[in-house]
Amino acid sequence: MKLMLVGETREGALVPEVAELFGFAACHDAEVSMVLAGAVGDLPSFGGRLYCKDAGNPFDMAFHKRLVLAAVEREQPDAIVFLHSSYGWEVAPRVAFALDAAQVSAIARIGDGGYVVECCNGKMRRTVKPLSSRIVLTIQPGAFAPVVTEGTPEVIAIEAEPDSTIEFLGSIQPERGIDLTRAGVIVSAGRGMVSAERIELVRALADALGGEVGASRPVVDAGWLERSRQVGTSGQNVSPALYVACGISGAIQHLAGMKGSGFVLAVNTDADAPVGSVADVLVVADVAEFLPALTAAIREQQ
Amino acid sequence: MNILVCIKQVPDMEGWFVPNDSGSWFEEGGHVWRMNEYDLCAVEEAVRLKDTLGGAARVTVLSIGPSRVVETIRKALAMGCDHGVHIDDSSAPERDSWQIAAMIAGFAADRGFDLVFTGMQSEDRSSAQVGVLVAERLGIASATGITSLVWHDDSVTVERELERGRRCQLRLKLPVLLTCQLGLNTPRYTTLPNIMKSKRAVLTVLRPEDSGIEAPRVSSSEFRPHERNAAGIVLEGDAGTVALQVLALLDERGIIPAQGGVR
Repeated sequence: MKLMLVGETREGALVPEVAELFGFAACHDAEVSMVLAGAVGDLPSFGGRLYCKDAGNPFDMAFHKRLVLAAVEREQPDAIVFLHSSYGWEVAPRVAFALDAAQVSAIARIGDGGYVVECCNGKMRRTVKPLSSRIVLTIQPGAFAPVVTEGTPEVIAIEAEPDSTIEFLGSIQPERGIDLTRAGVIVSAGRGMVSAERIELVRALADALGGEVGASRPVVDAGWLERSRQVGTSGQNVSPALYVACGISGAIQHLAGMKGSGFVLAVNTDADAPVGSVADVLVVADVAEFLPALTAAIREQQ
Repeated sequence: MNILVCIKQVPDMEGWFVPNDSGSWFEEGGHVWRMNEYDLCAVEEAVRLKDTLGGAARVTVLSIGPSRVVETIRKALAMGCDHGVHIDDSSAPERDSWQIAAMIAGFAADRGFDLVFTGMQSEDRSSAQVGVLVAERLGIASATGITSLVWHDDSVTVERELERGRRCQLRLKLPVLLTCQLGLNTPRYTTLPNIMKSKRAVLTVLRPEDSGIEAPRVSSSEFRPHERNAAGIVLEGDAGTVALQVLALLDERGIIPAQGGVR
């Protein structure tokens, strides 16, 4: 089997998640190559062919598609593997369409003669099997353990026509705010908190535990908490000793950002919520009842 | 200005999912159906743009599925879309992204849409492929996961969400397809007069064969619940009692001592 990994760059550097692509490749007995359509100072270390081109505009996705296709043409891989990232969302379906190939998105693991993916907001799973001979895959963030590879790749230059329909105007850096990555305890609020007023229950518990307040995406979108407190792939990647998920169902993107937590306590009314897949303790309860009870119990002991 | 919004009806995700006989997907019965959340943002953005442009814009809303999806098309009409199209396809829930995109593009080709909106992904299948596949089929530019849109006469400026809180700003020439991320806007509530009006609207009904359906590219099987953390403990009951149980567990694991703050 021949796997072509699609590398990603961010502001002139290879993204660290590229190690997860190698982690996916390590699950196969495969010949591995990589295509990289971006400027990098340090090339990835591995023993294989590396197809390269500095694409200039990092968001000219038609150009990036053509560069990947140029590498595919030379290498003739069986599978083209992307990260399920903002880059993979854009380029993978473009490549799949051009190659008339099946695409399997956000692979959580390999198994059952296919690829296991999450569905129904992470609550359920299914096995997807491609029906075409050449396939395009995207892998879920955090699903494959990073593998550090060694070696010096054989660098092969590729060329393609840039596209003029997408103009890159600039990047917007994240809002400066609280750094949750160093917090020992994080108490996060999710949609199940129901209202802005109830965020106070989360704050009270965080205070009692000496921790910080975090948030899932819907809470930030609703304006209940600042965007800089968002945990997940589009926010911060956190790894506290204790993570308390309050009314958070556990969307894939959120779980990917807190999987590294030492101990996960989840409070949810739905006993089957996907947060159960990472919870050490799942309390099936209404947050409005349980959080004050837990806060009071902690205060009692202090 | 000719705008198309593509929407999907999905079950409420807090419902109970029972695998169908073949295990390829879930039984339809017993679910509460609603519009895919990302698509609500797509409809809202299209209608806002129409409001900005006055009478110069027309918004068509398209959904593919069994007859139940008509209710969701009418919801989009009540939000302000002008015309509803239903591709009546009882097999749609199990069609793959390739097939859904083929039908949308089959409908949209030659209809001269300047702007096509979709959600970034569906909540039930979450493949995040359909929008980009439609754009590729139509040969138009696209951008995924937009969180902001500014309209110019022959182009749009959008913000796309990237990782770690970063965003990028792009300008795309029309025609263009945009997939909408949550947080792009706050979808409006529908009013009773608009709901009543939407119930009387006449929809265009098409069959998959009229819309360019193609063979699938993937198969789906072994639909099942996610694996719960095998070492995890589930607690239920009186809040005060459970709180003490939780504290005992945290103490046992050395996370918070019974006395004092966090270790």
